[in-house]
Amino acid sequence: MATPILPDIRGHFGQFGGKYVIETLMPALEELEILYDEAVKDPEFIKELEYYLRQYVGRPSPLYFAKSLTEQLGGAKIYLKREDLNHTGAHKINNTIGSALLTLRMGKKRVIAETGAGQHGVASATAAALFGLECDVFMGEEDMKRQALNVFRMELLGARVIPVTSGTRTLKDATSEAIRNWITTVESTHYIIGSVVGPHPFPKIVRDFQRVIGDEAREQIQEIEGRLPDVCVACVGGGSNAMGLFYPFREDESVRLIGVEAAGHGVETDKHGASLTKGDVGVLHGMKSYLLYDEDGQIKEAHSISAGLDYPGVGCEHSHYKESGRADYVAITDKQALEGLKLLSRTEGIIPALESAHAISYLEQLAPEMGKDQIIVVCLSGRGDKDVQQVADLLKTDT
Amino acid sequence: MKIRKTVSRITETFERLKSENQKALVAFITAGDPDLPTTQEIFSAVEEGGADIIELGVPFSDPLADGPVIQASAQRALKSGTTLKKILTLVGDIRKNSELPIVLMTSYNPVWVYGPKQFIEDVTNAGVDGMIIPDLPPEEAGEFETDSKASHLDLIYLLAPTSTAKRISWIGGKSRGFIYYVSLTGTTGVRTGLADGVKEKVSAIKKATSLPVLIGFGISSPDNAKQASAISDGVIVGSAIVRLIESTTNSQDRLCKVKEFVSQMKQALA
Repeated sequence: MATPILPDIRGHFGQFGGKYVIETLMPALEELEILYDEAVKDPEFIKELEYYLRQYVGRPSPLYFAKSLTEQLGGAKIYLKREDLNHTGAHKINNTIGSALLTLRMGKKRVIAETGAGQHGVASATAAALFGLECDVFMGEEDMKRQALNVFRMELLGARVIPVTSGTRTLKDATSEAIRNWITTVESTHYIIGSVVGPHPFPKIVRDFQRVIGDEAREQIQEIEGRLPDVCVACVGGGSNAMGLFYPFREDESVRLIGVEAAGHGVETDKHGASLTKGDVGVLHGMKSYLLYDEDGQIKEAHSISAGLDYPGVGCEHSHYKESGRADYVAITDKQALEGLKLLSRTEGIIPALESAHAISYLEQLAPEMGKDQIIVVCLSGRGDKDVQQVADLLKTDT
Repeated sequence: MKIRKTVSRITETFERLKSENQKALVAFITAGDPDLPTTQEIFSAVEEGGADIIELGVPFSDPLADGPVIQASAQRALKSGTTLKKILTLVGDIRKNSELPIVLMTSYNPVWVYGPKQFIEDVTNAGVDGMIIPDLPPEEAGEFETDSKASHLDLIYLLAPTSTAKRISWIGGKSRGFIYYVSLTGTTGVRTGLADGVKEKVSAIKKATSLPVLIGFGISSPDNAKQASAISDGVIVGSAIVRLIESTTNSQDRLCKVKEFVSQMKQALA
């Protein structure tokens, strides 16, 4: 039976998604929907997008057989989808290039973005520099401290980084502040949202710009192995790299999809970012999805060692995948992620981002349980350069 | 459940104001800022000052439509332990002595978590007359809109400077009680002067609906209240009152100032 095309016309994935925003933004969302649908039907737009993805981002990214890691774990064959090799060092640029081209099509001159780890901020600043757009990036004050290098990179690229001092001063508040700014500047500004979150049509647009990860991986693995993988694994904060990898495999029933959330200090504590594993259905940032909140519906502070997973919500399509059973979601602690980072660094000579290290760490549980003829594709969503200082500090106090 | 009249206190108020040739003043305060007992006192001061409708803000951790003043007041309210349940108890207490229409303004998540059907039943029983839920546009309201209507609880929708003609006529036909016209493309806050184009937009809305149209967001002085009310059926004042509450620490002094400010605003209306 063919799965229905999601989201539906109203932007819903089952009970999730939707457009839970103030009236001021509703016309802009309607306009974006129409403009986006026209753009993807325009061969010129697609041609331009593909040109920049190839010549500027460096796509296709390799699907690399991690031989040493595979041997070390003694189970399934592990392939890494090398999004860390993209220009700017993470998958985020796939979306920002596409969104910047949409901005030009709309005739708008300014973009805004929110950022946690700074990867999406850097990718937005990069695309803005490339296409001559003004760019303001909202970033929690706490994250600016954790990711000082990325703040400097954004400024070098000509963007303005606006410190967010409300709430917990992390990604949640940066997103709220970006939405507030968009409410004020919607007529001249496009919001480049960094994940598969927010009001419709953002989750769909970001998924579509990120699905290149899964489209390439699906083709590459068939070329190399002559068949589809048994499992796809990716880390999930908002969930854009995971949705990008999973989406093209959604109808391949033999392929198991596993998203890895941040367990922080442990999902049994109150310091984690595992919305799908431990959260409930609620409404935040324009969508209905799994969230972390207290008994009165107040949003809780998330925690993760990685700023990019430090978010109390998750993409609405992931919520739908959880509910429909299409994907499974697990959680990895800060400590396990650090071990994952060390493991990949030492076995393969690749330092992963702390976010991606969650997915790597899960392989330690998954791969040994699988047969040697089985195949795992894992999304290595970003490189770890940005985290080296933080990891050095953590390992010093830890060992 | 209590039997409610089919004409709400809100509609009765507008009918009375119309017959007296007056414009409406809606005063917003955040419930629980700085704490709920004080909110009850401020409510009385606002009523004595001459407000026609009171809008009680339900504090939320992440209010996306609010500027810094109301965000900070929500934080203070949450810090003092304010919850939706306690606010409904407060409304029940207020209803023993006051017939002033009460509108709850809340983000949707607290309502969703409370349970939308239970919420409608409980707010109705407490004596609430209407609701403004900025992040629940008619597209997502569905059953909630139907259930509110069945309970004679006014679900008040917003229109904005960006609203298209199509949306104005659609939402104009769906809103109940009144239309909340957001005067500017932005969040709540204190501003000087009235945004451009308000007059044209309000007259377009008035052509599309027979409901009263009120102007809110950025109305903070008697001067712009006067300007705004001249082209509409009244104004909604929030941040200016909240700021006054925040900046006055002496409680007796605070009540006098709030009452005086509300009274100045009411007198300024065209």
